[in-house]
Amino acid sequence: MNDGTTLPGADPDLLYSEDEDALRAAVRSLLADRSDPATVLAGLESDVAYDTGLWHSLATEIGTAGLLVPEKLGGAGASAREAAVVLEETGRSVAPVPFLTSAVIAVTALLGCDHGRAEVAAPLAALAEGRTVGVLAVPLPTAPGGLPEPASVRADANGALTGRVTSVADAAAAELLLVPAQGPDGPALYAVEASADGVRTDTVTPLDLTRPLGHLTFDGAPGRLLATGDRARATLDRALLTGAGLLASEQLGIAEWCLAETVRHTAARTQFGRPVGSFQALKHRMAALWLEVASARAAARNAADALATGSPDAPVAVAVAQAYCAPVAVRAAQECVQLHGGIGMTWEHPAHLFLKRAKSDELALGSPGRHRDALAGLVGIAAP
Amino acid sequence: MTDADDLRRRTAELLAAHPPATTDRLEFLRARFDAGLAWVHFPEGLGGLDAPRSLQAVVDAELEGTGAPDNDPGRIGIGLGMAAPTILRFGTDEQKQRFLRPLWTGEEVWCQLFSEPGAGSDLAALATRAVREGGAEAGTGGDWIVDGQKVWTSSAHLARWAILIARTDPDVPKHRGISYFVCDMTDPGVEVRPLRQITGEAEFNEVFLTGVRIPDAHRLGAVGEGWKVAQTTLMNERVAIGGARAPREGGMIGIAAADWRARPELRTHDLHQRLLKLWVEAEVARLTGERLRQQLTMGQPGPEGSGMKLAFARLAQEISGWEVEFLAEDGLTYDDWTMRRPDGVDFTGREAGYRYLRAKGNSIEGGTSEVLLNIVAERVLGLPPEPRTDKDVAWKDLPR
Repeated sequence: MNDGTTLPGADPDLLYSEDEDALRAAVRSLLADRSDPATVLAGLESDVAYDTGLWHSLATEIGTAGLLVPEKLGGAGASAREAAVVLEETGRSVAPVPFLTSAVIAVTALLGCDHGRAEVAAPLAALAEGRTVGVLAVPLPTAPGGLPEPASVRADANGALTGRVTSVADAAAAELLLVPAQGPDGPALYAVEASADGVRTDTVTPLDLTRPLGHLTFDGAPGRLLATGDRARATLDRALLTGAGLLASEQLGIAEWCLAETVRHTAARTQFGRPVGSFQALKHRMAALWLEVASARAAARNAADALATGSPDAPVAVAVAQAYCAPVAVRAAQECVQLHGGIGMTWEHPAHLFLKRAKSDELALGSPGRHRDALAGLVGIAAP
Repeated sequence: MTDADDLRRRTAELLAAHPPATTDRLEFLRARFDAGLAWVHFPEGLGGLDAPRSLQAVVDAELEGTGAPDNDPGRIGIGLGMAAPTILRFGTDEQKQRFLRPLWTGEEVWCQLFSEPGAGSDLAALATRAVREGGAEAGTGGDWIVDGQKVWTSSAHLARWAILIARTDPDVPKHRGISYFVCDMTDPGVEVRPLRQITGEAEFNEVFLTGVRIPDAHRLGAVGEGWKVAQTTLMNERVAIGGARAPREGGMIGIAAADWRARPELRTHDLHQRLLKLWVEAEVARLTGERLRQQLTMGQPGPEGSGMKLAFARLAQEISGWEVEFLAEDGLTYDDWTMRRPDGVDFTGREAGYRYLRAKGNSIEGGTSEVLLNIVAERVLGLPPEPRTDKDVAWKDLPR
């Protein structure tokens, strides 16, 4: 058992590089033009799962879809550090795009398979170029290491899948489904076209309107085998670990927007003859939140750096980042609603979009409690 | 310009002329000061060589392992960290010559007579008076007579000198009527009394000043400009925060985690959940400090430093409180209530009960958490200040 005092091998780089700043500027500029909160709000009540045009621009013009894919496989050859910067920006604008689900989690899952095989290389290239949206078919609350065994989907010897997966993020938007299933020889990962016979997607009404959820039902759906056994297990775990670690950066972006908007509003809003932001009771709440946001930045950067460098400390860094950043985003969004007063609880003000995203993100990829439980094992603080 | 090679050569010369093994400690420290290797960024003749501050590390590295004595920086921290930069910026040539060498060698310990019982975080409300002998019209050069009381004075019982702020004009608003002095702690009008604290020990003092005579030559900065001088002192106090690196599970959380591992019979589910939460917060505070350090190294100082003390204080209190509770019956006992007079603060060395009580000071000393939150809100977030009623009122007319 680890005694908890083992330090990560190399010092993590917790800052942003010039390239990362440039990427941020490009993403922020696109999102400011095309996905300001009022636009997001207007789009929500349409029937499309997400803003297809916006995703196309983000995925192909800026090239974020292939960030994590090596250049020789058709991607940009960047790392989790750059993907984290994109997520800070999509979090800051609650952009309804499948970057986390498709470009991070599904891509990482495919990268874990043998990409020398055409069954893997072809969909990976399609995802990297932004031609296809893919999702890993697991319930959104699934934590790293937390996949149910046996899987809720079974595969026969011909690769026909049967079973059901609930609450899959961006399922309705996806053209490619990566499905963990119990195969004839144990756990396996299959690829299924969402449009194939025997696949049904039932959309559900989500708490977070900007990240749609769907239940998937497979009834003899044709699957292509991607990985089996330990490799399938390790691949899924890596995909979920990466997703959870980078979700912390989305949560940071949410918290940053909430704090900045709250400061802006309370400095301008006058009550009792002076700006409400001059009242100490309010100032202290915002200053305390600022400290939490600054701390969340360090935790999120540490997780992104550990994932980028393949550090053996990554599981600890991810668990710490999720246990810390998820509640900070929720608190920031709650404070944002409260300190905006009446306008903060209206539909027309975008604060509710951030609250719904933050609360949903708190459950996503493992709740803070699940991540603390994981830490107990990782750092040697055993339960009674 | 002095470069690293030059400093290595000078350090080698110092060691050759004054071999640490055969040289008296004080003699070595004086020779090091005179060679400009004490604080290389200070001017020549004052312990430095006008070199970049970062090159001090070169000298320190060359001296490491040679047996060369250090000047016990922990013991003389107030002199090094607060008095010296203030004297350097505002002192006369005579003052710099007189004070800086024995300050750096540790021959003379300094303390700081700033805080007063009636003016805590509102430091500029201080009431200690300094009156020029013969009255304000007596012209320049006369001695000042000081009367008042100071509090929370670390090292006063060891100190030879103090930096002191006192009110020299009660007829102007409070920030404008203050002057800054160097006070001789051996003056018969200076009385130092130990201030016994919640822990039982007397780490601080009260200092009573009764008719203390300070020559005008010991004034730093112009009459009435003391608040501006004090800002330099206080800014240097804050520079010290956030620089050190800590390992994972360093400090108090390491003690708590070690307790948990050593005493399985005391574990409960509730304590487990709370310890994990504190472990995460301590690790994130460590990372935040590390990020700040990396920013400073890259020459991009961030505002995070203002917040680190807030996080440290809250964590120290919560972790030590958890620890007392975890220890159950052992938590009901205390190691020693005997009044002690420690030279420094022992944040982790004593048992849980002491740490729990000492941590109560963390959110008060050096600026209360409430005042720091105001500073973050106004200076970092740019929120509007609270309206003030004391700004344009003569100090003597303020309600006290």
